[in-house]
Amino acid sequence: MTTPPPYRIAIASGKGGTGKTFVAVHLAKMISTSASCTLVDLDVEEPNDSIFFPEMELESRLVYKQIPEWNEERCTLCGLCSKTCKFHAVMQLGDSVIVFNELCHSCYACSELCPNDALPMKNQTLGTIGIAKSNQLTLVESRLKVGEEQAVPLIKKTHRNLQTEVNKTDYILYDSPPGTSCPVVAATKPADLVLLVTEPTSFGLNDLKLAVETLRKTQKPMAIIINRYGIGYEDVEQYCEIEKLPVIAKIPYSRKIAEAYALGHIVTESDPELLSQLKNVVDFIKLHRNENA
Amino acid sequence: MREIVILSGKGGTGKTSVSASLAAVGAKEAILADCDVDAANIHLLLQTKAVKTEVFYSGELANINQDDCISCGRCMEVCRFDAIGLSNQQYKIEDAECEGCGYCEKVCPAQAITLKPRRSGIVYVSDSRLKMPVAHARLDPGADNSGKLVAKVKDEARKLARAENKEYVIIDGAPGIGCPVVSSLAGAKYVLFVTEPTQSALHDLKRLHTLLQKFKPVTGCIINKNDLNAEMTQEIKLFLKENRIELVAELPYSDLFAKSMIGQLTVAEADKQMFTEFEKIWKKIKERLS
Repeated sequence: MTTPPPYRIAIASGKGGTGKTFVAVHLAKMISTSASCTLVDLDVEEPNDSIFFPEMELESRLVYKQIPEWNEERCTLCGLCSKTCKFHAVMQLGDSVIVFNELCHSCYACSELCPNDALPMKNQTLGTIGIAKSNQLTLVESRLKVGEEQAVPLIKKTHRNLQTEVNKTDYILYDSPPGTSCPVVAATKPADLVLLVTEPTSFGLNDLKLAVETLRKTQKPMAIIINRYGIGYEDVEQYCEIEKLPVIAKIPYSRKIAEAYALGHIVTESDPELLSQLKNVVDFIKLHRNENA
Repeated sequence: MREIVILSGKGGTGKTSVSASLAAVGAKEAILADCDVDAANIHLLLQTKAVKTEVFYSGELANINQDDCISCGRCMEVCRFDAIGLSNQQYKIEDAECEGCGYCEKVCPAQAITLKPRRSGIVYVSDSRLKMPVAHARLDPGADNSGKLVAKVKDEARKLARAENKEYVIIDGAPGIGCPVVSSLAGAKYVLFVTEPTQSALHDLKRLHTLLQKFKPVTGCIINKNDLNAEMTQEIKLFLKENRIELVAELPYSDLFAKSMIGQLTVAEADKQMFTEFEKIWKKIKERLS
């Protein structure tokens, strides 16, 4: 008998601060009581998942991107590199060639097209990937180096590095970055299901619509979790009904939850309503997995 | 002209509510720019009406002309972004993955590949309920290059400020510390942090503050939801003090932020006390900039 491949769930939102991390860490905790689960923090600019697992110590290693480095001796100043680079990351100024590291996309064009091999690629630190294990839970944290502007290369590298590692796990959760641009598309790419966490406000709805529009282009199945439910704005539910997006949980607006969360605590044990809403999410995930097996 | 950027690191701490409220109290002397182009929201509070709309192109996208393609596969070999796929014996560009580097175009022996400008979103200049023009944008779903779109929005805001003789540009920034944030920081004189007393928000604020070392603007901070956790609030205050960041204001945990949104008002307009509070904040920022 072969083991089934891991089931991959991305948690995304559009708007920031709606509760992606909150949902991701609680689901990971819950799922890992009965199955093996890997939680991958892909909000690489501001990763927060590890705050909620202080007992798990991350073993981190550096991740690199490749950028060209000018070799003055080999260079004949032919100017091809300058003309080739679409990102203005390599420029010939006078009798020297300057590389602007933060503009480089690591496409290799300047390096490999150089007739004199005067722009060999070298490693530059992009960030770190940390891994910690505790019983059935594996925590992976992908952390962008401060000052590095592009999140996508690190997200893609994390997915690639995890390919062999996570085949042994039953479930993978991707805690995705906020927004609706390229980092979200990259983070959710391998997912079998995307859970969108929203809040019942006009901002929450507006950004939910943008996120849905983005993810529909990638044809991902989606389900909605409404966080801070009950603050008096019902348009989110109407929208989901019209768009035939299943609302699988409504997490109540609660100051008590916010207070515990502020300290980096997991709160399910103390809150039966939250527990039952999260159970709905887990049930939905299992059902979806079986239906699509 | 002085640019004030509102940032937080963590999302959902109240950047947009603060930016819009500052705009409400400073309408006579400022222009507002919504630079969270991924998930722009200010237009919802200010009932903006577009007076100028411009499609924004940024970067390029490769395209393979199938009639000219000789199926040699050279393009696929050199592409580092897995943006070229082979299906039904045809090489095709996956638009979402293509970064427009043009390497494939350069190596194609049949000249079958061309690069076209890539649409990244729409830029708006709008009138608003506050009788203050607003520059904002909408990034196309899943698009790349939001940093360049941010630069374009700021550019429009600066033009407006010059045309209307306004002294300040209030810039609502994006969460995180990546390209849209870095782009919003270029030229900033003052950065106003909006944070909250949570472990996550402090962690994110610290990373943002590290990023700022390169730019060295004047900095101030609002602690929103300050009564959520007294210990965390103290910890944040200590961080601010150690790093010489002015504590500009503390705002209580309140459903006013959500309620005012439902009424399509800024927090400052929805509540008299808040209006006075934001007038004080605005005055403090101006003093530090004079």
